[in-house]
Amino acid sequence: MLEKTDVVIIGAGPVGLFAVFELGLLNISAQLVDNLDKPGGQCAELYPDKPIYDIPSRVTISGQELTDDLLKQVEPFNPVYHLNQQVESISKTENGEWLVETSIKKKIQAKCIVIAAGAGSFVPRKPPIEGIEKFENQNVFYSIRNKSIFQEKRVLILGGGDSALDWTNELSKIAIISLMHRRKEFRAAPDSVSTMLELEKQRKVNFILGQIKNIEETTNNSIRVSYENENKIHDIEVDFLLPFFGLKMELGPIARWGLNLNNNLIKVDTEKFETSEPSIFAIGDINTYPGKLKLILSGFHEAALMAQECFKYCYPDKKNVFRYTTSSKELHKKLKV
Amino acid sequence: MAKIIVTDRNGNEKHILADENSTLMEIIRDAGLDIEAACGGCCACATCHVYVDLEWIDKLNKMDDDEESMLDQAFSVKKNSRLSCQINFTKKIDGIRLVLAPE
Repeated sequence: MLEKTDVVIIGAGPVGLFAVFELGLLNISAQLVDNLDKPGGQCAELYPDKPIYDIPSRVTISGQELTDDLLKQVEPFNPVYHLNQQVESISKTENGEWLVETSIKKKIQAKCIVIAAGAGSFVPRKPPIEGIEKFENQNVFYSIRNKSIFQEKRVLILGGGDSALDWTNELSKIAIISLMHRRKEFRAAPDSVSTMLELEKQRKVNFILGQIKNIEETTNNSIRVSYENENKIHDIEVDFLLPFFGLKMELGPIARWGLNLNNNLIKVDTEKFETSEPSIFAIGDINTYPGKLKLILSGFHEAALMAQECFKYCYPDKKNVFRYTTSSKELHKKLKV
Repeated sequence: MAKIIVTDRNGNEKHILADENSTLMEIIRDAGLDIEAACGGCCACATCHVYVDLEWIDKLNKMDDDEESMLDQAFSVKKNSRLSCQINFTKKIDGIRLVLAPE
């Protein structure tokens, strides 16, 4: 199904969210695409509980509080969120608009694209093992869609965080589970840790101290995983390997869209924050210009100026009257106050 | 001036001038070496992972739980693994030797 909107915003971090607000004040509708399962970007994923001290007027605010407040602030504009997906490709339509296609084949048509992708999309951190790709989606999975494939199979889970522990506990009901971690301490929720240790006592989970070194193919579609512990190499044969080492950020498909880049950052002007491609904008940590500072507050400023220029693409025949939210009746109506 | 000695992923040794008000990550990053430091130094990723020369490891501030937990997301963690954003440079460690961990 084809969705239509004025602006597609790539990235639902703080700057992408505030862009919805600035666009909304100018009657410009927006839809956001993000690879995470929730809005908030790095603030929600990397440091939800850590304090930020340089948001104007907020003496201290956590990453999650900032996200929650921004979500509340943009609510009057009813933004549409397309989560768990990445923008794969963009192309021009016959009428000069953009057609954006995501990794799960969602199509969105828009007049402008705003790239607010921070340091890139969050993707699973993969163990640095040569040739691991050829086992991916056969023996190696970084996320689990259908757990029934593990029924009665030998599964090795790697990691010591919530994903590793939760899946260890869950899959121990149906599969033969080993959990490998570099130390016998875990940063997961205390409940999951005690459940796992109990399962280990009952011999329903086999805990292995070590770090993965290599993967080899064996007969009958299994794999042999070798690992190091105390400078000795051991191995274990399993049917499936599930590495859970958290997420990392990478620029991804944006690098292939022909925009002017500088060290994986998108070059923009400082009047409109437009890229080398007219009607594509870049704001927040992903852009670069002389004097750029990677601060959330710079991203907010960039969002406001970008919106002024988007107005010209979305309403070419209309005059944009600059108004303040404090005094404008019309803006109050939009903000539902 | 004080310095640190860093071996990059190609095995090249770099002598970098160091300033007391910086973390080791900042010194390495600002010298243009290939260290990702994705979170900017708030101990929320593990992309500034380094190995500290064994002669120097005991001269450093002890690792806290936060740092030890973040190292769980790194690979090839060794006894001398540290996150360089969590180590402040002081004159006490002038001349410290580090190796950038593989990505």
